[in-house]
Amino acid sequence: MMAKEIKNILMVGVGGQGTILASKVLSNGLVNAGYDVKMSEVHGMAQRGGSVTTQVRYGEKVYSPIIGKGQADIIVAFERMEALRMIQYLKKGGVLVVNDHVIPPMTVLTGAEEYPEGIIEELSSKAKTIVFKAAEVAREIGNPKTQNIVLLGALIKAIGLEDLDWDTAIEAEVKPQFVAINKKALQKGMELAS
Amino acid sequence: MKKLLTGNEAIARGAYEAGITVAAAYPGTPSTEILENIAPYEEIYAEWAPNEKVALEVAGGASIAGARALAAMKHVGVNVAADPLMTLAYTGVNGGLVLVTADDPGMHSSQNEQDNRYYAKFGKMALLEPSDSQEAKDLVAEAMKISEEFDVVVILRVTTRICHSKTLVEFKDRQEVAMKPYVKQANKYIATPANAKVLHGTLEERLKRLEEYSNNSPLNYIEWNDKKIGVVASGVGFQYAREVFGEGASYLKLGMTNPLPKQKIREFAAQVETIYVVEEGEPYLEEALKVMGIDCIGKDKLPLVGELNPDIVERAFMGTEREVFTTDIKLPNRPPVLCPGCPHRGLYYVLGRQKNAIVTTDIGCYTLGSAPPLNAGDTCICMGASITAGHGMYKAFEHNKTEGKKIFSVIGDSTFFHSGVTGLMDVVYNKGNSIVIIADNRITGMTGHQENPGTGKTLKGEPTVEIDVAKVCKGLGVDKVIEVNPLNLEEMEAAIKEAASTDETMVIVTKWPCALLKDQVKAKGYCRIDEEKCKMCKACLKVGCPAIFNIEGKIQIDETMCNGCGLCAQVCRFDAIEKVGE
Ligand SMILES: Cc1ncc(C[n+]2csc(CCOP(=O)(O)OP(=O)(O)O)c2C)c(N)n1
Repeated sequence: MMAKEIKNILMVGVGGQGTILASKVLSNGLVNAGYDVKMSEVHGMAQRGGSVTTQVRYGEKVYSPIIGKGQADIIVAFERMEALRMIQYLKKGGVLVVNDHVIPPMTVLTGAEEYPEGIIEELSSKAKTIVFKAAEVAREIGNPKTQNIVLLGALIKAIGLEDLDWDTAIEAEVKPQFVAINKKALQKGMELAS
Repeated sequence: MKKLLTGNEAIARGAYEAGITVAAAYPGTPSTEILENIAPYEEIYAEWAPNEKVALEVAGGASIAGARALAAMKHVGVNVAADPLMTLAYTGVNGGLVLVTADDPGMHSSQNEQDNRYYAKFGKMALLEPSDSQEAKDLVAEAMKISEEFDVVVILRVTTRICHSKTLVEFKDRQEVAMKPYVKQANKYIATPANAKVLHGTLEERLKRLEEYSNNSPLNYIEWNDKKIGVVASGVGFQYAREVFGEGASYLKLGMTNPLPKQKIREFAAQVETIYVVEEGEPYLEEALKVMGIDCIGKDKLPLVGELNPDIVERAFMGTEREVFTTDIKLPNRPPVLCPGCPHRGLYYVLGRQKNAIVTTDIGCYTLGSAPPLNAGDTCICMGASITAGHGMYKAFEHNKTEGKKIFSVIGDSTFFHSGVTGLMDVVYNKGNSIVIIADNRITGMTGHQENPGTGKTLKGEPTVEIDVAKVCKGLGVDKVIEVNPLNLEEMEAAIKEAASTDETMVIVTKWPCALLKDQVKAKGYCRIDEEKCKMCKACLKVGCPAIFNIEGKIQIDETMCNGCGLCAQVCRFDAIEKVGE
């Protein structure tokens, strides 16, 4: 039943945005479904407001923990510009899930550089791009902090993993009082990618 | 059941399973989480040492006493610990002793990318290199076995991608290992010249036997496939090669890389047509093969600089290039920055405005003060070098009667305890006149909040003596030591002004908790721009706070990011920044 082919996921955000929980829930679901999974994160220096990536690879047998350029089946960007920074990693025919949110880097804040215009158009001209304001979606369902799980939901749907047991994965990784709201967030994210 | 663990988590689990009872480390990316994950095990005594030399000596002492012991550090930490390391190699062990070195090819969080495999060869120790978390865990037990059986120190060498990648791991139960009896053995543990001569001789014997072990060990195995290409690889390089060549090549996968299994290498080489050596960093394996007279291709094709990845391996050996998306839109960089509310910001804001000053900085979050817009920093070399390099500059100017500038040396609290104390001693003893600023944010910040001798808590979370930075400086003979709150600009400026005009060594301790220390942060509420009063002078942007935005023609403060430190309000001449929600 399991595809031999390896699937590659890349998540990108800005240090402090908390991509960690999303990647934990994701890998929990994948491991429980019997996949071989490798996941790579960069810690340390970059966490101080720099751009941070998480890479997840799964399939029957995975060797390299990191993805090559042009290999990601899907990129989930927690910040708009970071999606474009990582576009070289996207496979031809791959999908982008983009949080329509701007965090200007210091070089922009000081006026040394400009935050580029037209990013969403540029992304959409290259690949199927699913765009929404995750924090707003999350606020609507009751807790803006669940934006990462909304994004995860969209990812899961877009890559075709919706049949895995995500309830159990959420229960394993999230504090009991937040389980219900996160399940809702995941559901909502899946709908947005449908 | 299998669990998904990072290499560091796996090494911690390995320490538990292998019956290790003493572990010591100094934090440093990518090694830090090893001790953090060992700390919860009640079966293991674990400590943060003030530096890596201390950590290794503690682990070495525990081994001599008869316990199984581990020390962990980042690659440059081994330089600090090199002195005890090179001689522990001679004395050998009683309980098993493993040193974990976490190298950082690609310099994700480091100042260089030295390849520490050479330490094993240089110092004559066993060297193990895992390729994933399962191996990382299992090799700790293997290290204990080798260390005790051959009376050698074992280096377990990991790299960033092993440390911070999660892969599946199967657990085993802990093996309870009794302390070996401690018997006084002066000729083994007292490394005087007379004893060391003998020890060196026996070490060479021990290593010869170990080479035989290496030849027969399943850690070094061959996977036969197509024999046109034979790949020799270790560490994460093996995974990249296996990914790229698949079953189109045969592999000699090396898990034990000192002593190398020369016989096994020869057997492999004899049966394949062309040999590729896939390794990150220096041509460590490649050189060994070439010395053995085996033709191989490695660093002619692979880069010496940076980390490897499957793309680089593919391009180098197959010449293939994948088609990728590109963009013409120019993207601004996103370098790391000091957090909103960071106490270092006040210090660097003032230092950056000093004319006629040289600022020697050190390693930690506060190194970020050298970036725009704060721009305060002339040098950063290694931990502790702020004070000593600054002293050297001063002496060079003074001795050569060159018009020098005032030297300000900035060092963090953890870094001061690590290796700043001896530097300050040098300044006092040799009549320097640096201004030493100890940026005491009450924690080891950059590596993610580890306790240190000044925080009043141990690695295990127990309360302990809080070593007072100011008292240490006074004890070293510095008469002028003052403590200031760096986020109070008036106080900070007054201190720097006093320092600039003094002719003696002076210490300024900027004492204020890291903005991410949730239980200690004193600032409350957040700041807001009064648009009526704002004249768009942009003075507030000069503090370089990521919560202050200049977009759409006006200055805004992101209230969710702002921590209410109020530094921006202090630099505003129009009273246009107010604190709310206190
Ligand atoms: C020899 C060595 N060991 C460890 C490190 C890793 N390291 C870099 S910064 C740092 C901590 C700095 O803490 P502190 O001096 O308190 O400054 P802060 O980051 O809190 O501002 C450490 C441990 C290193 N670069 N070199």
